[in-house]
Amino acid sequence: MRVKFMLNGKQTIVDAPADRRVVDLLREDFGLIGVKECCGAGECGACTILVNGTSRLSCLMLAAQLEGVEVTTIEGVAPEGSFAIVQQAFIDCGAVQCGFCTPGMVLAVLDLLQRNPQPSSEEIREGLSGNLCRCTGYQKIVEAVQVAAALLKGRRA
Amino acid sequence: MCQSSRPLTSAPSVIGQSAPRADALTKVTGEERYATDYYPENHLWAGIKRAAYPHARITSIDISQAKGMVGVVAVLTSKDVQGSNRLGIFEKDQPILADGIVRHYGEAVALVTAETKEILKQALAAIVVEYEPLAAVFDPQAAMSKESVILHPGRADGNVLLSDEISCGRGVEALADCEFTAEVSIEVNWQDHAFLETEAGVAWLEADGTIAMIASTQTPFRDRLELAEALKIPPTKFRVMAPYLGGAFGGKDGITVQGFLALAALHAGGRAVKMWYEREEHFLAGTKRHPAIMKYKLGCDQQGMLQALDCSILMDTGAYSAMGGEVLELAMEHAGGPYCIPNTRIKGAVVYTNNPIASAFRGFGVPQVAAGIEQAVDELAKTAGFDLLQFRLKNAVRRGSVTPTGVLLTQTVGLSECLKKVADHRLWRERELWQNSAPAFKRRGVGLAACYHAVGFGPVIPDYANAKLELAADGHIRVFAGVSDMGQGNAATYMQIVGHILFQGYDNMEIVLPDTACTLPSCSSSASRTTFTYGNAITGAADILKERILARALLLFSFQLLEQLNVQDLVLLPGRIVHQPSGREVPLQLIAGFMDESERIATYSYTCPVNKQVLPTGKKLRHHGYPHRVFSYAVQLVRLQVDTLTGEIEVCDLLNCIEAGSVLNPQVFEQQIQGGAAQGIGYALFEDFALKEGKIRTNDFSTYILPTAMDIPNMETVVVPLAEDDGPYGMKGAGEISIDGILSAIANGVAAIIGTRITQGTLTGEKILLALRQAGKEAVR
Ligand code: FES
Ligand code: FES
Repeated sequence: MRVKFMLNGKQTIVDAPADRRVVDLLREDFGLIGVKECCGAGECGACTILVNGTSRLSCLMLAAQLEGVEVTTIEGVAPEGSFAIVQQAFIDCGAVQCGFCTPGMVLAVLDLLQRNPQPSSEEIREGLSGNLCRCTGYQKIVEAVQVAAALLKGRRA
Repeated sequence: MCQSSRPLTSAPSVIGQSAPRADALTKVTGEERYATDYYPENHLWAGIKRAAYPHARITSIDISQAKGMVGVVAVLTSKDVQGSNRLGIFEKDQPILADGIVRHYGEAVALVTAETKEILKQALAAIVVEYEPLAAVFDPQAAMSKESVILHPGRADGNVLLSDEISCGRGVEALADCEFTAEVSIEVNWQDHAFLETEAGVAWLEADGTIAMIASTQTPFRDRLELAEALKIPPTKFRVMAPYLGGAFGGKDGITVQGFLALAALHAGGRAVKMWYEREEHFLAGTKRHPAIMKYKLGCDQQGMLQALDCSILMDTGAYSAMGGEVLELAMEHAGGPYCIPNTRIKGAVVYTNNPIASAFRGFGVPQVAAGIEQAVDELAKTAGFDLLQFRLKNAVRRGSVTPTGVLLTQTVGLSECLKKVADHRLWRERELWQNSAPAFKRRGVGLAACYHAVGFGPVIPDYANAKLELAADGHIRVFAGVSDMGQGNAATYMQIVGHILFQGYDNMEIVLPDTACTLPSCSSSASRTTFTYGNAITGAADILKERILARALLLFSFQLLEQLNVQDLVLLPGRIVHQPSGREVPLQLIAGFMDESERIATYSYTCPVNKQVLPTGKKLRHHGYPHRVFSYAVQLVRLQVDTLTGEIEVCDLLNCIEAGSVLNPQVFEQQIQGGAAQGIGYALFEDFALKEGKIRTNDFSTYILPTAMDIPNMETVVVPLAEDDGPYGMKGAGEISIDGILSAIANGVAAIIGTRITQGTLTGEKILLALRQAGKEAVR
């Protein structure tokens, strides 16, 4: 089927089987390898993308569901603004080890901070509980979110 | 908490300073390409037909239908393998594709390459394998009995892969003289690595027939040797490249998909092949942490000095040996814990069963035995009436001590310092307050463990690294990493070391990840030796390059200034060299132009010193690493809260007190400590790996539960930075020590709360609730 959607800010039309997984479509057809796959079953968050600004698991989405929506992958997030701050905080705080969870985690953080600009550490932990990380023990990720939230607050003020 | 923003291309980082990892930048933008992210043009998909029995004879494999399908390129079986078809490090017992017998569920039987993933799936389903089921053994104790079916006939010891006994002093006899004794029997579970990037790679034939592959591997150089023998192709005809790994923790220490990739590439008509396990296939095919059955009897005298230990360890390595022998060695060497115990007998065996394959996993046998000895120590201290921490301190090894396995500790030993720091720490001092402040229907407790962890491969297998460093023609520094970075950040640390010596920032440096075609042969990313050994090698290479750069610059300045100059008057600065007395500068690029390639590239070979002790027992363990020379130390403390209504347990606080030599980059060090401890929490409480007749019941993340951000507490890491002479800048390995004591600390905390010990497997809420019930403490306010 023909699916028309916005991909990283560009109007996009693809011909794809309606049941093609979005994670495959993005990685294989569009080369967006920042979308990771780890479990293929909605249990890890590595494949997180933003759909109309909210985080979704691309391994659970099918091509047909893309019709008319706006998809943002890690490659397509506007480099200025909160993304840059969250990324820099991840780097500075040492929240990245193997990095395989990182793109999904960063997108989940952006979504979280949009909904809750000043989350407590419990709220951060809860908000990221759908994103598994096997390397870090999460502590430095939580710190990175706190640092990013503080910087963003300073910016708005 | 970390401070905010500085650009990554910062001033040169200095040893000892927290510096962001160079690889974080490309990882955080999603640009970094892992093995899974390569899709070579016009590539095929490769996949595996797997065994449906835990032990069976293959009577026929009918590939005709699969082969005839449109879009299928090749269907291969063991008949298509030219070489020995055997993988393995010491014991080469594992076929790439089963030839005659399958010995575990999911063993690889046939390999298919196809145009698409969908066709691949259909073709795999269309292969018909007929089996004659054989008797199977799943219990390691039963596997040792005379009646057991034998997995690998022809071996002298039946199903026993390796067994040995270490004894010191008067051995078990001394137990009779002990004033106090304690006994524990502990069974610890399997654990899956559950790295996020499942096993993956791509391969193709190069024009000269070389089999090139990009694979998620900890062992690019060793892989070539394994593949060479199994496929009867010279090792130099393989080129293995290892990009950053999406986690490994030991699970990619050796061949995973590389054998299949090579075989598939040989039969792909010149096209590239790609392979990537789904999560379920990872659970099925990947290696695990060895489960262990342990019996401990420990005794001390009236003053609380440990006198005697009798212990036995039985490990299950599953269908093939993999690193079973080495894991047993390390387990046995650490079985008595970091204490002085003059009289010991430590018996160990690792056996084959028809279970999944167990092999290397961060900790490598030590978390298992720590669970034995540390629970025994707690029990004994309680029986004898000593404070749990002081008892450990009294018996702690020091530099010059002899361990319970007879190893003389000639290098740095920081255990007493760690214990003292913990003794003074709020979390220990306020333990009673914590216990007594539990809210209604909760119980609180504190658990403690001390442990140590050997660095490197031991006396027989050379622990070497060959570093290479280049001043590129354009003046920037190229750091060649011969060892994989599976996520621990060693590649960035090599850049940090080079940056420190040559005074260059990341912006003037570039890392070249392992590629057998251009990085130099080095041992694996494993055994807490990755930065330890390669760090020594890269330090040597950087010193050489620095000397050459300065020598060239000296000539240049001499010409410019028309006088004889002194090399001591030159300093390297980021991107340039300065002659201090005159203030003149030349860019590195200019110097590079005056050097030919052979001068611009510096290499340095380093092999770790070893422990030369000749020990009277445990002779069979020597090849597998006994005895070691350098050890890291830790004391770990947890504060736990148990819900008496549900059995639910929470780790509220965790303290890691670590002595792993000097710390090169505190941030990267903390990453290792926190990450290892978090995996320890998973091992202790969450990852309840389950098997039924050799079949894995927990083969996805809804049944195999990994800790989430909600389950891991904020941890505190306290460092005791002793300078180790063997390590670069005084460091020791820190990749494994922090997982070693967590299970034992938690088990000790749980026992303190309930009053009895849960001795089998993962400490799940169900088991805790049952134990509370049996102790009459269920639903107690
Ligand atoms: S890959 Fe989509 S949630 Fe795991
Ligand atoms: S950094 Fe490796 S999984 Fe998160």
